[in-house]
Amino acid sequence: MSAETWAIAQFTVLMALLATALTLPLAIAAGWVLARHSFPGKALVETVVSLPLVLPPVATGLMLLWLFGRRSPVGQALDAIGIEVVFTWKAVVIAMMVVSFPLVARSVRSGIEQVDRRYEDLAATLGATPFRILRTVTLPLASRGIIAGAILGFSRALGEFGATIMVAGAIPGRTQTLAVGIYTFVETGREEAAWGLLLLSALLAFGAIYASNRLVEVRQT
Amino acid sequence: MVTLTIDVSLRQQAFDLHVRDRASVEVLGLFGPSGSGKTSLLEAIAGIRTPDAGDIRVGDRVLFSSAEGINLPPRERHIGYVPQDALLFPHLDVSGNLDYGVHSRRPLPGVAQLRTTLVEILDLGPLLERRVQKLSGGEKQRVAIARALMTQPAVLLLDEPLAGVDRARRDRILPYVLRIRRDLHVPLIYVTHDQAELNAIADRVLHLEAGRVVTPVAAP
Repeated sequence: MSAETWAIAQFTVLMALLATALTLPLAIAAGWVLARHSFPGKALVETVVSLPLVLPPVATGLMLLWLFGRRSPVGQALDAIGIEVVFTWKAVVIAMMVVSFPLVARSVRSGIEQVDRRYEDLAATLGATPFRILRTVTLPLASRGIIAGAILGFSRALGEFGATIMVAGAIPGRTQTLAVGIYTFVETGREEAAWGLLLLSALLAFGAIYASNRLVEVRQT
Repeated sequence: MVTLTIDVSLRQQAFDLHVRDRASVEVLGLFGPSGSGKTSLLEAIAGIRTPDAGDIRVGDRVLFSSAEGINLPPRERHIGYVPQDALLFPHLDVSGNLDYGVHSRRPLPGVAQLRTTLVEILDLGPLLERRVQKLSGGEKQRVAIARALMTQPAVLLLDEPLAGVDRARRDRILPYVLRIRRDLHVPLIYVTHDQAELNAIADRVLHLEAGRVVTPVAAP
């Protein structure tokens, strides 16, 4: 396997890990709010949160391209402080985050919904603040859903293609991920290199699924 | 001895709960069949449920008053609550459960001494490192009682502490409860549907049926 193939794999795993780490706190907050609170417009928020799940990733990518481009206020504000997003590794991470967020948030939410609220009530009688209850009771008891969500999100980020190619492009050595690499290698007639990437993708996916299944087993015993 | 003011009106699906009582007690017994509203009343006192109207006081301290618009959150009530199924935190060991409340507030002076005393009175020494899943029903109750007492509550609510325990072991837990009353002087509200338990422990009994006090009988 060539050095180029390894570099692409390393870059993809690093970006996916970063995306997962950044998505997790946001998904935990969203999952907790949706599982434990009701407020006007909740159905709307739920729909928006799940949107990247059903929207074609390319469409999500187009929105991100506009959002972080020079013509949007967000893009201009970032540009003013010297941060460039589009067609950089940051765009890779953001694309991964947006597409994996709904999966992680849903998994966290169902994990929290399975926690018996009476434990939370009891912690309150022992003097715990709402934040302490979340940190020391709710999240540990929902840990299986959270870990499963993180692995699911990581796997989704590894395979991300549509949004990435729109907003980050396929710049060799800068924004080229496994999925994008397979596509460009086939396009440019380098099928052998594409097969190398395919093999690595399959190994990584296998590893993630195996780890998540093992975790579930261990926690059930 | 503490003066408990309990005036609770709570609408529920099966029946409405209406309980009014005011008395100075060491141990107030709540007696009645399953589903008579005993647990709902405890939850209202602990602050887990909000009554539709009423007034709940421990001594002069107002925990809830619909007239004055006061409804203290559970963490500010200083009410120890031991539910029927103990509800020990399954992800913590026995020690972790005991110390949960201590880490929730600014530690009170003498808490280390209190812990030693509780471990001794409730005979928890051999259990401290155990996982809660490995405890028997009676052991769980004792840990839950100690966990609540570690926060030095103004009143301790015990919801049928002997219900999940077989006959032979009941006689071994009741003395622990009596020791709390004698050595720690914590007022108790003790729920049960067993008359013998009440005779052993309560100095005043409210007999509940379908959410209402039938006869405020004094225990012998």
